[in-house]
Amino acid sequence: MMPLSGDPPRSRILAIALIVIVVVLALAPFLFPGAKPLNVAAKICIFIALAASYDLLLGYTGVVSFAHTMFYGIGSYGIAIAMYGLGPRWDAAALGLVVALPLAAALALVIGLFSLRVQTIFFAMITLAVASAFAVLASQLSWLTGGEDGRSFQVPQVLRPGFRFDLLGVTVTGRMLTYYLVFACCLLLFLLLLRIVNSPFGRVLQAIRENPFRAEALGYRTVMHRILANCMAAAVAAAVGALNALWLRYTGPDTSLSFSIMLDILLIVVIGGMGTMYGAIVGATLYVLAQNYLQTLMGTVSAAAGEAGLPLIPSLFHPDRWLLWLGILFIASVYFFPAGIVGKLRGVNPR
Amino acid sequence: MSPTDIDAGAALPKTRRDFLPLLLPVALALAALPFIVFFSSGTTWVTLTIAGLAMGMMIFVMASGLTLIFGLMDVLNFGHGAFIAIGAYVATLVLVPLGGWMQADSVWLNLAAVVPAVVAAMAVTAALGFAFERVVIAPVYGQHLKQILITMGGMIVAEQLLYALFGPQQIPLALPTSLRGSFLIGEAAIEKYRVVAVLVGLVVFLAMLLILNRTKIGLLIRAGVENGEMVEALGYRITRLFVGVFMAGSALAGLGGVMWGLYREQVNAAMGGELLVLVFIVVIIGGLGSVTGCFIGALLVALATNYVGFLTPKLALITDILLMVIILLWRPRGLYPVTSR
Repeated sequence: MMPLSGDPPRSRILAIALIVIVVVLALAPFLFPGAKPLNVAAKICIFIALAASYDLLLGYTGVVSFAHTMFYGIGSYGIAIAMYGLGPRWDAAALGLVVALPLAAALALVIGLFSLRVQTIFFAMITLAVASAFAVLASQLSWLTGGEDGRSFQVPQVLRPGFRFDLLGVTVTGRMLTYYLVFACCLLLFLLLLRIVNSPFGRVLQAIRENPFRAEALGYRTVMHRILANCMAAAVAAAVGALNALWLRYTGPDTSLSFSIMLDILLIVVIGGMGTMYGAIVGATLYVLAQNYLQTLMGTVSAAAGEAGLPLIPSLFHPDRWLLWLGILFIASVYFFPAGIVGKLRGVNPR
Repeated sequence: MSPTDIDAGAALPKTRRDFLPLLLPVALALAALPFIVFFSSGTTWVTLTIAGLAMGMMIFVMASGLTLIFGLMDVLNFGHGAFIAIGAYVATLVLVPLGGWMQADSVWLNLAAVVPAVVAAMAVTAALGFAFERVVIAPVYGQHLKQILITMGGMIVAEQLLYALFGPQQIPLALPTSLRGSFLIGEAAIEKYRVVAVLVGLVVFLAMLLILNRTKIGLLIRAGVENGEMVEALGYRITRLFVGVFMAGSALAGLGGVMWGLYREQVNAAMGGELLVLVFIVVIIGGLGSVTGCFIGALLVALATNYVGFLTPKLALITDILLMVIILLWRPRGLYPVTSR
């Protein structure tokens, strides 16, 4: 149980589901040849790590941040700008990371110092304001970020699709290598987060979430703990953003900073189960699969209803209205399903 | 005299009035004057200041409801932006069939179109506010985390429904004839509608101050802000007060939405989300729960945006955030923090 930091799934169905998900993700390039399934698998890996880092904030620390995509975007843009400017070299990627991760953590520190001192509700408002200003800034500073078009860039030779070699009779492509880079990093980040929340530091965070006054009375500096958690979550989000940029070989406002990604993360964490970490794995897998395959279904329904001449149904089921149904699902799950899938499986009664 | 005796004749200790923040908008306007005169002229300054005041008043109308609801109910409604957008859409629905009256060259016909539009917008948003409070928010009182999540969810659903019903395009909303054009004061051109917006904003502000400070309802609301349980213990139904304030706050959001739609002469489904961010910044600057703080915050944000937008357009994108940071460095809880929270 060492890699799981003494925090096993504690439910047989959950354990089986987790094993299936991890094994399928690990073998994805061999199980599903083709570009789209591999894209979906990579997106699942990325969203698992991203949602887990958000769960550190929402589930374990009990603060709502709307700036998580900003940190994700900082990581994405860090890699993209470095590789675009310096060319497809590993040292460029390293430079991007070395700049982006501390920048994300520092920004999280400043936001935390300003707003976490006062009230968590302040934090939610301020992160929303700062994140939207950042998104506007990123789309306006086109000399640096490429504006609305974003930045496409080349990746190092070994990660390109054209790169291939034979390993024990199996053809390995650069795309597969990139996938395994993403998979391994996301797995490590997830285990790191699991370690953090099960450390004494993580226990204090949970104590603060349950009762900040009591935690403070016990002598823990609640503000420092919250700020530190915020910085950690921001740094992990930036690292995940960098992985996403490497996978897409592109960074733009829509893939890294848009508010809909923020909603995706919120929904994954809430549906999967807040404060469980494993919820991120289950939630992200279900969510990304649904997004990729249900949205197509919505388009079919919309078109069929349009042909049948029904009023309003075509526009309600139009694939662009995906967020409408997510929003309804989101509200319903906060009300009726507050412990999420993992909580249900573990049989924990929601508070 | 035993300590329990209370001298009924003695005046209550006066609370110290804090006038410093009131001077901020004036100071800002005066500080901007030399720069704008240097780069352009005094008339530009007048125009920019009036534009800033008008914009500030509109933001105040939208934000006042949010801050009042937070102050009384300790609920931060992330769905407030949806009410703004819905107000604008309802007004558009009323005004489009009345297009003839809007274009007519008569103040009375123009009014006959605008007044029903405003009333309809406020009535619809108040009714939706009632439903929203009862159905969505009432189950999660006292749980901040869930409130934020659920009202945010409500915001998304409402915005998406607007997209589904009216489409993603901008819907034009023309100003009535009598509000178009501008006066000339000396060299400075002042748009008529901006003056009207300033007047409406002032009326709303004064009415809120009067109701809060001079009526029994206002007394109850202020008491509820300080200590809701005590108000309940004294026999007043605080839930009714909550519903009433929530409806009023939503109606103000609707009014703000109509004013903003007319100002921009267009409405679209995304406006609620965009304005919500601005409204949040204003409410944070003013201090959560304070109406006066919200008023000053709105003026500061709008004036700063106008001046900076004129002087260095690139910087205007982050003026609001910078202003918020400066104010919070000075007063970490905003200009007029509500003491009980």
